[in-house]
Amino acid sequence: MDLSAINPVLLIASLMVAATPLLLAAVGELVVERAGVLNLGVEGMMIVGAIGGFAVSVESGSPYLGLVAAMAAGAGLSLLFAFLTQFALANQVASGLALTLFGLGLSALMGQGYVGIKPPALGNIHIPVLSDLPVIGPILFGHDPVLYIGIALVAAVWAVLKYSRIGLVLRAVGENHEAAHALGYNVIRVRVLAIMFGGACAGLGGAYISLIRVPQWTEGMTAGIGWIALALVVFASWKPWRVLLGAYLFGGINVLQLNLQAAGIAIPVEYLAMSPYIITILVLVIMSADKSRAPASLGRIFHASQ
Amino acid sequence: MTGTLLSISGLTKAYPGVVANDTVSFDIQEGEVHALLGENGAGKSTLVKMIYGLVKPDSGTMTWRGEAFAPPEPKAARASGVAMVFQHFSLFDALNVAENVALGMEDPPKMRDLARQIRRVSEAYGLPLDPNRTVGDLSAGERQRVEIIRCLLQDPKLLIMDEPTSVLTPQEVEILFKTLNKLKSEGTSILYISHKLEEIRTLCDHATILRLGKNVGECVPAETSARDMAELMVGDTLQTPTRSTEKTGDVMLDVSGLSLQPTSPFGTTLKNIHFTVRAGEILGLGGVAGNGQDELLAALSGESTTWPDAVKVKGRDVGHLGPNARRELGILAAPEERLGHAAAPDMSLVENALLTGLIRKNLTSNGFVDWAGTTAFADEVIKEFDVRTPGSDRAARSLSGGNLQKFVIGREVLQSPEVLVVNQPTWGVDAAAAASIRQSLLDLAAGGAAIVCISQDLDELMEISDRFGALNEGRMSDIRPAAGLSIDEIGLMMGGAHGMEVAHINEGADA
Repeated sequence: MDLSAINPVLLIASLMVAATPLLLAAVGELVVERAGVLNLGVEGMMIVGAIGGFAVSVESGSPYLGLVAAMAAGAGLSLLFAFLTQFALANQVASGLALTLFGLGLSALMGQGYVGIKPPALGNIHIPVLSDLPVIGPILFGHDPVLYIGIALVAAVWAVLKYSRIGLVLRAVGENHEAAHALGYNVIRVRVLAIMFGGACAGLGGAYISLIRVPQWTEGMTAGIGWIALALVVFASWKPWRVLLGAYLFGGINVLQLNLQAAGIAIPVEYLAMSPYIITILVLVIMSADKSRAPASLGRIFHASQ
Repeated sequence: MTGTLLSISGLTKAYPGVVANDTVSFDIQEGEVHALLGENGAGKSTLVKMIYGLVKPDSGTMTWRGEAFAPPEPKAARASGVAMVFQHFSLFDALNVAENVALGMEDPPKMRDLARQIRRVSEAYGLPLDPNRTVGDLSAGERQRVEIIRCLLQDPKLLIMDEPTSVLTPQEVEILFKTLNKLKSEGTSILYISHKLEEIRTLCDHATILRLGKNVGECVPAETSARDMAELMVGDTLQTPTRSTEKTGDVMLDVSGLSLQPTSPFGTTLKNIHFTVRAGEILGLGGVAGNGQDELLAALSGESTTWPDAVKVKGRDVGHLGPNARRELGILAAPEERLGHAAAPDMSLVENALLTGLIRKNLTSNGFVDWAGTTAFADEVIKEFDVRTPGSDRAARSLSGGNLQKFVIGREVLQSPEVLVVNQPTWGVDAAAAASIRQSLLDLAAGGAAIVCISQDLDELMEISDRFGALNEGRMSDIRPAAGLSIDEIGLMMGGAHGMEVAHINEGADA
């Protein structure tokens, strides 16, 4: 066992990368759930985003175009969910599960010709002086742009929900859709837009895995991150900054346990592999012991009768 | 005070199977308080929803100050100057007062300015309110203030109030009426919906009466007797429940030192409640909704268990027993919430009859259901209590609220309970059916049962109770003989005006 092989600076830098797909998917789902919709299809939207983004950036040669395509693919797939639940009034849990299964199958089909190809790389940003600082440089100023977009998105979602009119209406729709309707707000429109936002975020998170973190295409490569994102939103009590904390905690322990495995620590690999899940859930359960609760209309079908 | 503000002519709206409004016409003058009277299901709510732009009429026209008025959505109605206080509050529990107010405004100012405006308007109209409090923690009266202030901040020309006093204490009603009179003196018209006739007689200038969707008459309430208005509403002469000779027996139900933590986050804690009910007696319990009524019913029915000796029936400790064990002993209950609590919405009436009736009516043998007996029991309830339904195989959800209420009460009454606890027994039931439900409770008591009747309707409680008590913040007031209690005394037992009077003292002060 050789713990000195673990470099703390690299560890922190790589935990941020490991956490970003989870963060993106979770912050999108947070907005969806605050609007009162439970979309269990995050995993499906992520994987379709992953292959959609991968395919477009390989064909066009532009990783940025790929990211945009991934968001469009995620949002497009979420529209299917929006149609089922908001217009056909289907059960949200069943529709979400179906979306995940559909997304996994669709992505496998789309990805047939892309196995083993390397996508065009998205370089890390480089700011003169700042990025060259020891310790701080690689941690804070040496990442790819999407990672910063993820953090900015958390801040933006927090500020919009707390301070803006749109955020207030969104929370109101999630809290009591009948009252919101009685006051003249278009519940369906708010929810469809929220679902599309969640889809775009999940798609971006998926493309982050296939274009930046791994970068290659393999079937089922999101490996359950979408499900972790769903759990994270609940354990984070539907609060954006707690989602960030939970995602970094999860990413951090994941990277750490991989390092420990590589260092040959005398704990069975299975325990190490399950540790990120257990520790993240424990910490967030303890934090969510305050009086915050789920949006009151979460998962309920809205039908504007009379 | 000049001219017509809103003129309604020939409005018709039909839903599948029912005509909610049938060529209704009337005028609302500027600066007038206009009452819209009618039974439940008379079409009052549909009519105001059309004025507020939530529902589109099938035919007919509205004219607003001489111009055609057909709001496609509430936004348009609000822009014209229509504001509405809903019967079932359209509030958001998890948001604070200022956020709730902002949601009802077209163009809300910044939160800090809005909070200041809320304080100013609420002081001016005697409805003090802290903009930063979470609505879920407010009492029903305070919640209504949020709704009213949301309307007042938009400077409405027409304020629609849908049964505003059903959740208020008499003192709070008086303060509300002062506020409404002040608004009227400033030239605001008010469309006031209620079926409480005395209120309408003191407050309103003009009344339009609806029955089964039709305009059946107009009157000047101050010059018409309450009885005449009631008979216009019902279209029939009213039967008043009669009470047989009073005789009370042994103590049947003895509650002592009952304290209980609520199970829901916005519930009320019951604090050290004592009372007894004798055989043949009806104890009426008043109080504003949300002061522990649901919790008390749960503690008496066995949904919430307590210390064994907190609840005694005929001297026997039952506080630790669940609902079925209590049913076996003859303690039955009918909770307030019909769908989902008193009845399972998607199950048939027969199945619902089985759910509470299986023990006392002996509807199972060796674990198998006696469907023939259960159906007979359900049919008996339907017949005895005049439940209007095509058959006992219909789902509970398909019945109108009043009909389901008759079924739920009848189901318990016909199991000949020794102790019966009912919460809001006539909620949403029309006057004739309400009278028959009250009569059945009186008959049951005359037969020797002890009855606890929890209700928001003070007239009902005064009509049937032998003794009266009130719940206030989970505490029980003194229990006093109902005969001879004045409305002021009742109001004080219910906890007075919940601090509303302070506004007049602080007038002009910058809170």
